[in-house]
Amino acid sequence: MKPDDRIGMKHGAGGRAMRSLIEEVFLGLASPVDGIGLAALDDGAAIRVGDRWLILTTDSHVVHPIFFPGGDIGRLAVSGTVNDLAMMGATEPLGLTCAVILEEGFPRDELIRIRDSMRDASREADAPIVTGDTKVMGHGEVDGIVINTAGVGLCDRVVTDAGLRPGDRILITGTVGDHGMAVMVKRHALGIEGNLRSDVAPLNGLIRAALAAGGDDVVAMKDPTRGGLASVLHEMAGKAGVGVLLDERAVPVNPEVRAAGDLLGIDPLVVANEGKAVIGVRPGAVDRVLAALRGHPLGRRAALVGTAIGDRPGQVILDTGLGKRLLAEPDGEPLPRIC
Amino acid sequence: MCLGVPGRILSISEDGMSAQVDFFGVRKELRLDIIDTPVQVGDYVLNHVGFAIRRIPPEEVGETLALFDQILKAAAHDDLMAEDVRGEMAAGRSSPGGEPGA
Amino acid sequence: MPDLVDELKFRDPVRARALSEALAREVDAAGRTITLMHVCGSHEQAIARFGLRATFPRRLDIIMGPGCPVCVTDTPEVDEAVALALQGATVCTYGDMLRLPGTRRSLADAQGEGAKVEVVYGVSQAVDLARSRPGEQVVFFASGFETTAVATAAVLLSGVPENFSVLSAHKYVPAAMDLVSTLPETNVEGFIAAGHAAIITGWGIFEPFAARTRTPVVVAGFEPLDVLAAVLELVRLVRAGRPEVVNCYPRCVSREGNRPAQEKLWKVFDVVGGNWRGIAAVPRGNLELRPEWDSVNARRRFTIDTAAVGGASHNLLAEHCICGRIMSGLAKPSDCTLFGGECRPESPVGACMVSSEGSCKIWHVYGGPPDLSEVA
Repeated sequence: MKPDDRIGMKHGAGGRAMRSLIEEVFLGLASPVDGIGLAALDDGAAIRVGDRWLILTTDSHVVHPIFFPGGDIGRLAVSGTVNDLAMMGATEPLGLTCAVILEEGFPRDELIRIRDSMRDASREADAPIVTGDTKVMGHGEVDGIVINTAGVGLCDRVVTDAGLRPGDRILITGTVGDHGMAVMVKRHALGIEGNLRSDVAPLNGLIRAALAAGGDDVVAMKDPTRGGLASVLHEMAGKAGVGVLLDERAVPVNPEVRAAGDLLGIDPLVVANEGKAVIGVRPGAVDRVLAALRGHPLGRRAALVGTAIGDRPGQVILDTGLGKRLLAEPDGEPLPRIC
Repeated sequence: MCLGVPGRILSISEDGMSAQVDFFGVRKELRLDIIDTPVQVGDYVLNHVGFAIRRIPPEEVGETLALFDQILKAAAHDDLMAEDVRGEMAAGRSSPGGEPGA
Repeated sequence: MPDLVDELKFRDPVRARALSEALAREVDAAGRTITLMHVCGSHEQAIARFGLRATFPRRLDIIMGPGCPVCVTDTPEVDEAVALALQGATVCTYGDMLRLPGTRRSLADAQGEGAKVEVVYGVSQAVDLARSRPGEQVVFFASGFETTAVATAAVLLSGVPENFSVLSAHKYVPAAMDLVSTLPETNVEGFIAAGHAAIITGWGIFEPFAARTRTPVVVAGFEPLDVLAAVLELVRLVRAGRPEVVNCYPRCVSREGNRPAQEKLWKVFDVVGGNWRGIAAVPRGNLELRPEWDSVNARRRFTIDTAAVGGASHNLLAEHCICGRIMSGLAKPSDCTLFGGECRPESPVGACMVSSEGSCKIWHVYGGPPDLSEVA
């Protein structure tokens, strides 16, 4: 068997490799649905129920280390699913599930800390955890803990990640790269100290405010998790058949994240976020939506960062202020470089 | 080839072998056994893979900018001369053809 | 925010525009295409990251030479690291090296099969790891040019635990320029030399090269203004026919370089010939541990069974790879029979498909040479 015939870490890293694995393997599961199904490869599914939409999403969470500055796997598991619902337009989750796979020998006190953190995040998001499942696997058969959460919610209007058209403006709800940089520095014990903290947070309150302000002019949403802003913009551009012109100087980045990125040779644009959203809006709604975002504690540094254009469908053009270049779609987890 | 980032020394270990260095908001310990000049707290150094490889004298930052401006000025001077030559060529006082073809 | 080494000074868009405009005038006045080469992956990174390529005049061709020590690390060297990892050693390496393909596997693939592979920020971190795991053999798969090799040397000179060894894939910068300049058909008229390697070796090392090849060399830093000023200066030298070495990175590079670092480097390493991925046998291309360091040389300490990981004495595909010609500016990616077929970003044959900024990778991702001139 060639290594290509096996699954590699890159197949879970949110980039091109993962997308092609999903397209080549899991799309075979897709079946027609009245609404948005698997074939759309969106953050979740939307199924028509009467005159409303039922949004359904599921996500498995693994992270190393499981406790990191700014959060832990429990907060991540709740926020990730709440955010996937919110990105489809369902900002009031009806319920979440919690399925946990534990490795034999996992410390009970750590599990309780994770439970507490899930409880806090679920209260913060007003998203009740309503059912669950527990499995234990032998030592070495699973790495510590895996948490799967699924969520359901209702909404009147679905916002997909494919709704951009030329002229639309692209907003980001805050600084980029915080989560991935904080976790990476810890995971690889890189000896970098400073105020690097994950941004992991449930965004449904923030998105509710944006939708209330923007209404039908909010046309596309996606959370820039693995692969960061670069990956998400490629996906949104590709699905909508537009190009994206991104103004690098407008993208908010915390100075600590920028500094760590410079040290490690990693561009914050490809680093994961767990508490941010990319929002596409019609040009006339930019000011309203930005004001609403900035009025929310999780959106104070929201910014207008780009424009959808008719040229170059599927591509992201980065204006650095000194010149323009194509932004490459990240492939695999970013790693510290020497070159 | 080599990623190098400047930072500022916050403190030096007692044995003088390493330093805590601030990189615009994050800190990292760097080894000092490659650098060729004595360093002290407040100095700027260039980091490569966890080693300080060079002390950056502050005055040379200004000198670098002065050098760039000098290159610019020299280029502008060349350009003015080229304008003159073009002007002369246009006036038919000089024959073209000195420049090798592409 | 420190104000003295405020790197933003070297990103000032106003100065950058002035330099770009001067460059355009200079190239225009030349009335022909001028071809320059940089031999430093970080210069390509800087040119790409700041979008400088789109600002260069059309008749200025800046070729990315064989200047990425990771990309030119050859398949058999990766096979050695993979074999050691699969034989049970803990292999530590820089993040760039993890996905570099061997004959059948990269280190990332070996990791997926259960081998112990650790990404480290620096060689010191690998030594710390060896100290904390006395029962394991820790092998540092070392890559990088002189600048990085000095760090490896310093660590060995200061003493390492018994279970630590080095598998050197270090490369030597002057070899890259020699390689290109000896190609009979080369049209490279000037070189942008690697600023950080020159911190160690000093810019004086390029003087014999410039004199011998009658080619100007400019040593450049990595901020946008550094690159623009260096390119402008190099074009001026080319037009004036002056084969000189000019140091455009004086805040970091001196003529004589870092002498104590050079002493450390040559106490530990020797320059030897070696194969560079997709290029050729490069005389004086590699840095190998000197014989007196055999005890910490993984190649001497272990029997490395590369045949077990599919390593062949030579790579059949590599015979068709034209990276050497692409990096020398003599061919385009589309001229290569492997391009897009056997050689793809997920299974690269040559160095130009490995590097994120390599010409082949960029052409493959964007379906040809990127041209942003018409984007609003």
